[in-house]
Amino acid sequence: MAASVARRHHPLMPLRLWWLPGSLSTGTILLLTAAPITALLVQGSADLSPLLRDTYLRHVIWFSFYQAALSTLLSLGLALPLAQALSRRRFPGRTLLLRLFGLTLVLPVILVVFGLVAVHGRQGWSNRLLEWLGVEPVSYLYGLTGILLAHVFFNMPLAARILLQSIEAIPASQWRLASQLGFNSRQLFRWLVWPAVRAALPGLASLIFMLCFTSFATVMALGGGPKSTTLEVAIYQALRYDFDLPLAGSLALLQLLFCGAFLWLQYRVSKPPAFRGEAQPCCPRHDARWWHTRLTDTLVMTLALSIFLPPLLAIVTAGLNPQLLPALVSARLWSALSQSMVIAIGAGLLSVLLTTGLLLTSRHLKLREGRRRLAGGLEAGGSVILVLPAVVLSTGLFILLRGVADVFALGPLLVILVNALMAMPYGLRTLQQPMEQVVLRYDRLCASLNVRALDRARLVEWPLLRRPLALALALAVMLSLGDLSAIALFGNQHLQTLPWLLYQQLGSYQMTEAAATALVLLTLNLALFLLIEGVLGGKHAHAD
Amino acid sequence: MFALLLAASVPLAAQTPTLTIYTYSSFASDWGPGPAIEQAFEAECDCDLQWVALDDGVSILNRLRLEGDNTKADVVLGLDNNLLQAAEDTGLIEPHGLTPAGLTLPGGWSNPYFLPFDYGYFAFIYNTERLATPPASFAELLKRPELTLLYQDPRTSTPGQGLLLWVQKLYGDQAPDVWQNLAKRTVAVTKGWSESYGMFLKGEADLVLSYTTSPAYHIEAEQQHQYRAAAFEEGHYMQVEVAGKIKGSSQPELADRFLRFMTGPGFQRHIPAGNWMYPVIDTELPTGFDELVIPAQALSFTAEEVASQRKQWLRQWLAATTR
Repeated sequence: MAASVARRHHPLMPLRLWWLPGSLSTGTILLLTAAPITALLVQGSADLSPLLRDTYLRHVIWFSFYQAALSTLLSLGLALPLAQALSRRRFPGRTLLLRLFGLTLVLPVILVVFGLVAVHGRQGWSNRLLEWLGVEPVSYLYGLTGILLAHVFFNMPLAARILLQSIEAIPASQWRLASQLGFNSRQLFRWLVWPAVRAALPGLASLIFMLCFTSFATVMALGGGPKSTTLEVAIYQALRYDFDLPLAGSLALLQLLFCGAFLWLQYRVSKPPAFRGEAQPCCPRHDARWWHTRLTDTLVMTLALSIFLPPLLAIVTAGLNPQLLPALVSARLWSALSQSMVIAIGAGLLSVLLTTGLLLTSRHLKLREGRRRLAGGLEAGGSVILVLPAVVLSTGLFILLRGVADVFALGPLLVILVNALMAMPYGLRTLQQPMEQVVLRYDRLCASLNVRALDRARLVEWPLLRRPLALALALAVMLSLGDLSAIALFGNQHLQTLPWLLYQQLGSYQMTEAAATALVLLTLNLALFLLIEGVLGGKHAHAD
Repeated sequence: MFALLLAASVPLAAQTPTLTIYTYSSFASDWGPGPAIEQAFEAECDCDLQWVALDDGVSILNRLRLEGDNTKADVVLGLDNNLLQAAEDTGLIEPHGLTPAGLTLPGGWSNPYFLPFDYGYFAFIYNTERLATPPASFAELLKRPELTLLYQDPRTSTPGQGLLLWVQKLYGDQAPDVWQNLAKRTVAVTKGWSESYGMFLKGEADLVLSYTTSPAYHIEAEQQHQYRAAAFEEGHYMQVEVAGKIKGSSQPELADRFLRFMTGPGFQRHIPAGNWMYPVIDTELPTGFDELVIPAQALSFTAEEVASQRKQWLRQWLAATTR
């Protein structure tokens, strides 16, 4: 009782205001999500059956599921042997490769599409190789193949990293025992590897499925026509191609139902996999020396890396072209660069502000008041964007604001808002535990030393939280820097970001200009990430 | 200093009113007729002409619908005869009230909302160095499954819509079968004309949907004679490109003036070798136009027919291409 009284006198801010930051955040989030959904519900018809009878829309829905299922299967099918190979092999560049694998999550999709076109397009590396071998050039990039290539590029590395962590969590003693018992590779997999990865697989599969189901930029750029359209793209088309508000509303509602169902399933089958954390190398595996594992590992690594590395290399090598100089000084590129910076930094700051505000209140509720359920509800509210794809959110905002304001004049602001919300689930995941740790470890100390309010923020919270804060900001900035869905809806000739410019240049086959834009986007991405993590996060930001 | 600059710039800004014109990107681009026309009009209007470049003709219409009364446009330039009714139905277009003299357009012109600025015929373009024997009719195109092609999405582009109507005119109820036939060798259905034409020039397909006049560009600007339009026995669908004035424009007089200028020689002489289409008044054509295919028959639907059926035909196209 005495302790609780003491605590009540020395929190970060006057106690009666503990609810304020969280309420502001939650209020903003609810306003920005509930209002657009209401607008969609009013526009669209709640009776979705005519929609489901339309041949074209049935095809769109079927294709969305089909490509997502195939993408998931291919990504996991490659990731599992890849994780096995990585756990067996040590080679120069392995650490760098794993770091690169972690990067795909925040790499702008359209940048990767540029790399894919440079490698797999009609004029790309693969066709030049075929030509050199005397084979007729082939066209396979536009349509399902292109979509699958991109989805495997993004999801295979992520899955491999997470599965590798599971494999490397197997205790060394078990490997020694297996070695003494003389397990062959099938027995090793059956008794050691499978039990370790089995827990991660359902969650991983549902995560990848959902990411691919709602994929937008990839399908827009590589779909190649109405045949390969996903629901996410169909919503955009209903609005920007046909100006069919009721159809856009109904489709968005459908998308919302699907995403809600996936998230519920995901919640039922597993915990979300962790994104961060380097795997701990374990003892050398005795099966590493066998000739047949050597063979399969080599094959798997070659296949995986031949999908993963060339597009990345293409972005850089296309950038080292002497013809690029004129393209690099174009006014359009620099105006897109500055608009991208403003939007990304604005969205990043707003996202971190909303996230910390929400967490300040939820940690108070959870740890000082013991109201866990309320705190959990608050945090779930911040992740609401997971069921609300950016296109759906933007469409709702578009319809909502169309009658009262000039949507295109408000464009930059709306893009910032949508991007900020999009990054919130990542921010929450990054900041939640560090912020709770501060309360658990230092509340008593602060109370006894009478460190309060601003002093507490400066002396206790900031030094402890600057690293996770920097990471959350950097993630939000990078996600916003790569966004295509919000900008596709609100963009116009005055509002053009680098991804949008790159999308248009790729569409009109201006490959030199696209190479310049891709190079600038990549450089900006890495520079901002390193700058934010290095400066804001402090000197030891990378010593994880 | 700042106040001085401000004071100096305010009257300057007030003296030069801005006329905002929504058009499609290939019209306003550096290689299109836009810059020369802008210069010619600004020389006599004492105003600032601003092009706002959208993807394509249909995108202009959809942008108008999205913006509604908030639109920034004073004039829209680049809709076509097949969109007339739909554009009028937005209620955003003001009657022009003009009767320009000397229009040489086939069939004349009498629409009260829009004025024509050029016309042409849709056609498939091929490269003689890659394709020795082009199809001589639409029927032959359908019978040769090895021919690959590129065309534009009829939901976003006027040529794409032109092909939709062309097929509809020739095949009527059989149109879905034709679309399915074409779907098998379609490399890509692109959002706009520039995308597919660029892909064609890079060798991605044998044929690309464009205009009978497109080869004139390669002859005149590049001295290249290998690009030709495949002449189809059944005839070619005709397109008339038009412009109209926005109701509630802040510059109604400038807009009127621009529309009058548009059907005069100062505008029209930039059309043949700028937009690579036929001008609507008697204008000297570059010699490259002598080599072009002249369609045996010009096909078209009335604006009302298109307006009443367009949505259903689009659905048929979507259903057939995705089956």
